Amino acid sequence: MKVSMTVNGRLVNGDVEPRTLLVHFIREELALTGTHIGCETSYCGACTVHVDGEATKSCTMLAVQAEGASITTIEGMAMGDELHPVQEGFWERHGLQCGYCTPGMIMSGAALIAANPSPTEDEIRHGIEGNLCRCTGYHNIVKSIEYAAAKARGETPPPADWEEAVV
Amino acid sequence: MYPRQFEYVAAGSIEEAVGVLAANPGAKVMSGGMSLIPMMKLRLLSPETVVDIGRVSGLDAIEDKGDYISVGALVRHGAVATSAVIGEHATALGQAASWTGDPQVRNRGTLCGALAHADLAADTPAAALALGMTMVAQGPNGTREIAASDFFVDSLMSALSPDEILVEARIPKRGGGSAYDKLGRRGGHSDYAVAGVASWVAMSDGVVTDCAIGITGVGTKPTLAVGAMEALRGQGPDGIAAAADRALEGITVLEDLYGSEAYKAHLAKVYTRRSLEQAVAAAS
Ligand SMILES: Cc1cc2nc3c(=O)[nH]c(=O)nc-3n(C[C@H](O)[C@H](O)[C@H](O)COP(=O)(O)OP(=O)(O)OC[C@H]3O[C@@H](n4cnc5c(N)ncnc54)[C@H](O)[C@@H]3O)c2cc1C
Ligand code: FES
Ligand code: FES
Repeated sequence: MKVSMTVNGRLVNGDVEPRTLLVHFIREELALTGTHIGCETSYCGACTVHVDGEATKSCTMLAVQAEGASITTIEGMAMGDELHPVQEGFWERHGLQCGYCTPGMIMSGAALIAANPSPTEDEIRHGIEGNLCRCTGYHNIVKSIEYAAAKARGETPPPADWEEAVV
Repeated sequence: MYPRQFEYVAAGSIEEAVGVLAANPGAKVMSGGMSLIPMMKLRLLSPETVVDIGRVSGLDAIEDKGDYISVGALVRHGAVATSAVIGEHATALGQAASWTGDPQVRNRGTLCGALAHADLAADTPAAALALGMTMVAQGPNGTREIAASDFFVDSLMSALSPDEILVEARIPKRGGGSAYDKLGRRGGHSDYAVAGVASWVAMSDGVVTDCAIGITGVGTKPTLAVGAMEALRGQGPDGIAAAADRALEGITVLEDLYGSEAYKAHLAKVYTRRSLEQAVAAAS
């Protein structure tokens, strides 16, 4: 089946089997391998992209369902050399270890602060409920998103844990 | 992981989708795909034809119709969870939707899809039972209404026939107060219900004049807790504990990965009490 959609601002066309999952289309047809596949069960969130602005598990959507949609993947987050605030947050607050969950976490974090610019810690934890991380224990991921939210509001992010500890 | 091959039809209207279902026995309708696609990936289900109604316009509204609230086939869990009119008149349903899955699931999964899917541990069916909702099904011969109490037939089986589509769910505005509470599989309110209970009560002079209680997660299907409902009618708030003790009358508790029979029976009573307390507080 013919399918066309906008991915990271670029119009793309494909000819796919109906069973092609959006994540396979993104990774294999478009060679955008930043979007990961971590499970078979729609639980891990490593495949999260934005579909018309909403966080979506791209392993649980058919490519043909995305006909005409506007998709953003992790590759579309930075503006040239300037990282998206959530990317910068993960960098500044050590929001990753192995990095496998990170693209999905960043996409969920970005959708969260777009909808709720001043999330509480509790709201952040619930906001990333659809994303699993097997390394970090989530603490620094939450701190990364707090950093990003402050940055996106034009405020100075709270100091890092390790800076607090020194004081 | 790829599902098996299938033919995909993007329906332009419900009539068209019903026509495809009627002409292709074994075809499946798809709304949000949040249950259908995982089942197809795991090859628990391999329909030859998938009819996607996701693009049919005009089905995504929540409307106040005076004596009932209409929820269209394509209204997502996220929209139900944040709707002011549902929050006011159908609190239990708003809570159940807000605790269904995770943000990504709520962005695509639909209320009608979840009701039609009829998972024995799904959240919104409990609220549908407690709130006395009505399902509007459209098939080749037009539409018919099905009461929630007749809708959940068995595990993953609703009263819809294979060529019918659930086009609307209606919530009567019956006054009173309602609440949903659950223990999720991942703890707190997260994930499917190990035990989940929705309650609706109407009060007058401190006495419960009418009530309905829907239980999910513990038995073979979302079920009305008729024993507890009978016990609570005519009682004040101090009758809640005794009513909750009768929560499991007529329900066969299933042991599963998430709890033994005894544990789930215990949870059902605890969550019946908690949801009744909240519903009574809301109605008072
Ligand atoms: C990670 C994850 C976590 C989840 N957690 C929860 C949870 O905590 N609680 C919970 O209750 N649910 C949970 N779900 C399920 C979720 O609520 C689904 O959205 C819902 O069960 C199905 O809705 P859908 O619109 O996605 O339907 P689909 O997946 O499109 O369809 C599901 C089934 O219903 C049928 N169907 C769909 N729409 C209609 C219709 N209008 N008329 C007739 N038949 C129809 C389909 O043919 C299919 O058999 C979870 C799902 C995932 C992936
Ligand atoms: S790969 Fe999509 S949720 Fe795990
Ligand atoms: S950093 Fe390894 S899974 Fe999250």
